[in-house]
Amino acid sequence: MAAVRGAEGVLAEPNYLEYKGKGRGLLSWLTSLDHKRIGLLYLFSQVTFFLFGMTLGFLIRLELIHHGQTIVRPEVYNAFFTVHGVTMVFMFVIPGAAASLGNFFLPIMIGAKDVAFPKLNLMSWYCYIIGAIIVYASMFTAAGLPDTGWTLYVPYSLKTTTNVNMAAFGIFVMGFSSILTGLNFICTIHQLRAPGMGWFKMPLFVWSLYATSWMQVLATPILGITLVLLMLERVAGVGIFDPAKGGDPILYQHLFWIYSHPAVYIMIVPAMGVISEVIATHSRKTIFGYKMVALSSLAIALFGSLVWAHHMFVSGQSDAANLVFSLLTFLVAIPSAIKVFNWIATMYKGSVDLSPPMLFAMAFILLFAIGGFTGLMQGALSTDVHLHDTDFVVAHFHYVMFGGAGFGLFAGLHHWWPKMFGKMYNRRAATIACLLMFWGFNQLYFSMLILGWEGMPRRYWDYLPQYDTLNLIATTGSWVLITGLLTMFTNLLISVWRGRPAPENPWGGVTLEWTIASPPPLENFHVIPRITGGVYDFPEEVQP
Amino acid sequence: MTDTLQATLNPAEARIEEGQHHFDYGASKMGMWLFLFTEFLLFGGLFISYAVYRFLSPGDFHNAAQNLNLSLGVVNTVVLLTSSLTIAMAVTALQKGSVRLSVGLICATIALAIVFLVIKYFEWSAKFQHGLYPGGAELGALTKGQQQYFNLYFVMTGLHGLHLVFGTVLLAIVGFIVARRSPAAASGPEKSNSTVASQGAPEESGLVVPPSNAAGEPVMRPQDYVVLENAALYWHLVDVVWFFIFPLLYLIT
Repeated sequence: MAAVRGAEGVLAEPNYLEYKGKGRGLLSWLTSLDHKRIGLLYLFSQVTFFLFGMTLGFLIRLELIHHGQTIVRPEVYNAFFTVHGVTMVFMFVIPGAAASLGNFFLPIMIGAKDVAFPKLNLMSWYCYIIGAIIVYASMFTAAGLPDTGWTLYVPYSLKTTTNVNMAAFGIFVMGFSSILTGLNFICTIHQLRAPGMGWFKMPLFVWSLYATSWMQVLATPILGITLVLLMLERVAGVGIFDPAKGGDPILYQHLFWIYSHPAVYIMIVPAMGVISEVIATHSRKTIFGYKMVALSSLAIALFGSLVWAHHMFVSGQSDAANLVFSLLTFLVAIPSAIKVFNWIATMYKGSVDLSPPMLFAMAFILLFAIGGFTGLMQGALSTDVHLHDTDFVVAHFHYVMFGGAGFGLFAGLHHWWPKMFGKMYNRRAATIACLLMFWGFNQLYFSMLILGWEGMPRRYWDYLPQYDTLNLIATTGSWVLITGLLTMFTNLLISVWRGRPAPENPWGGVTLEWTIASPPPLENFHVIPRITGGVYDFPEEVQP
Repeated sequence: MTDTLQATLNPAEARIEEGQHHFDYGASKMGMWLFLFTEFLLFGGLFISYAVYRFLSPGDFHNAAQNLNLSLGVVNTVVLLTSSLTIAMAVTALQKGSVRLSVGLICATIALAIVFLVIKYFEWSAKFQHGLYPGGAELGALTKGQQQYFNLYFVMTGLHGLHLVFGTVLLAIVGFIVARRSPAAASGPEKSNSTVASQGAPEESGLVVPPSNAAGEPVMRPQDYVVLENAALYWHLVDVVWFFIFPLLYLIT
């Protein structure tokens, strides 16, 4: 590639992986202000946390393989599912595709050289890592890891002797990372688009990041103040959530879900953006209903912020509130369905290439559809009373968060890996990994859907013998899933050293990231590009 | 290929990388406004809690509010309002080029902030002396609605006070930057000081060469204006939040 650029009379310059910056080795990464390097910092920390959370999930499923005690005591089991939840939610899916792939590709896709505030960007990553360290440090205190579940519900989180304070403080610090990243992305999208790139010429991944960023900026402060109040209750004896002092625990649930429901969309919307990119590129067809897909991200962000109390149908809130929140919950299904239908319409009569990213995207559509439907079932008041706090809920949100946000991230990784590292992974291994994951995923979580439907409660350490068979099926499914995950990560990692060099544009994509070298040069573009055509204008005949 | 690429690593390349950390006035202001939104929402959580508990026990809130010292609250409101005026004048002064006046006004703002905090300290210690603090015996003896009032009183004024302390530190730093960067400060006896400043600047500002006048002294850059403007915006936020807290806690009885 350097030779080609030399022929154009442009200086050959190092790509972002080669340029060392101020430090050497690890230090050159930890001090880098380059959005691409920061994106990879996020990616590797996220994957590390994911593997840790996955191990805990494996142990939880192993405990549940048979009724009665299998491997751990109930107290340890409680710590397991709490830390599994905190890790997966706050350290893996909330940064999700936005912090890793978003940081890497947002500036490139809008034709910019970096985000608006590079230093703030690096600081966000440090907030994230320091917060995570604080959460895990509670392991080494006398009080030990929290056992409350990731929701830290009062009044139990006020009474438990485990170290809720450190977990809450760690999550509080990670909140800054989320807010600052969102702020950075909004400013970047507003200010740094290349000339000619109007709002409706932005790639859909950028649109999804824009919607996500607003949710991050507007919702996260509420979690911040809620956690501050929780810590003040435990440390200083303030009683805003404590019934003994006139407080109301339901208020905690409201404040918690005012953040944590939009957080669900903070997780899934960037993944939806990834899927829009993957489906358009690998079907070689312009996205069907571009404007609707773009605006549905904003609609999800808007409606998604107004449905929080559907987590609280059985908390004793008023029937009027239940009805309103149930209705609003059904409304969120509309923009979500717009996306799904438009993806399928894009694939229709497209030149579909069953490449690994496309397989992940198709798995996403199916898993997300199941997750969405089961969500609607719980949005209905009468069924929710039956399903509340069962394995059905657990399976539902794993379908959405893991099958949705997780598989979306994996699709994006396979789509952009050649661009990020300039290396092509083994296609066959990636395909096998995807199929294994899809199989294991459904065996695990569909069994849990049925278990929950039959009445198996969530977070229980022990259960009645009648649930043995399905729990056994679910646990064996988790082994298949983990095998697939490890295959996928190993395959990607090996490719960095052993993979054959990837061309500039391996998939025939038309967005800006495919116009630059793989891996991208240090400052992305020599000359800021000028955008003329539409965003997904594929040429009639695509060179394979 | 890697070797040839490595060979191109020279200072010019380094400047290309640094150069991309450009300065964008619009983005800086927009980022600050977004940050201020998040601060409002942080306090918004407290205002919601206040609304809920006031709705549940209006009588208790009325009675508990009688314990506050209204005159101290009014004095503090005036102090904070004046500090907003001085910081706004500091921004205008800098825009009009009178650096010395601007620095003086920043110092006045900091002084007013300290007055506010001292008064707040006396208010809080009076409450503590009467046992009216979370976990205090007298507070525990009150009705639950009154307890909630004082819980909210301490959390709201405490969090506001914390923002005030942070804002004061921020203003002190900004005052230092403005004084150091100004052509006035760089001339005359403080020249040696400005040389140190220009050496220290690259790491801090992200620019390799800070703009300087003919004598090689650093001058005001757009970044320096926007730092003061954003600090002033933050200060107004602290002010505005107080204008919600003050009537909610002191006036509505």
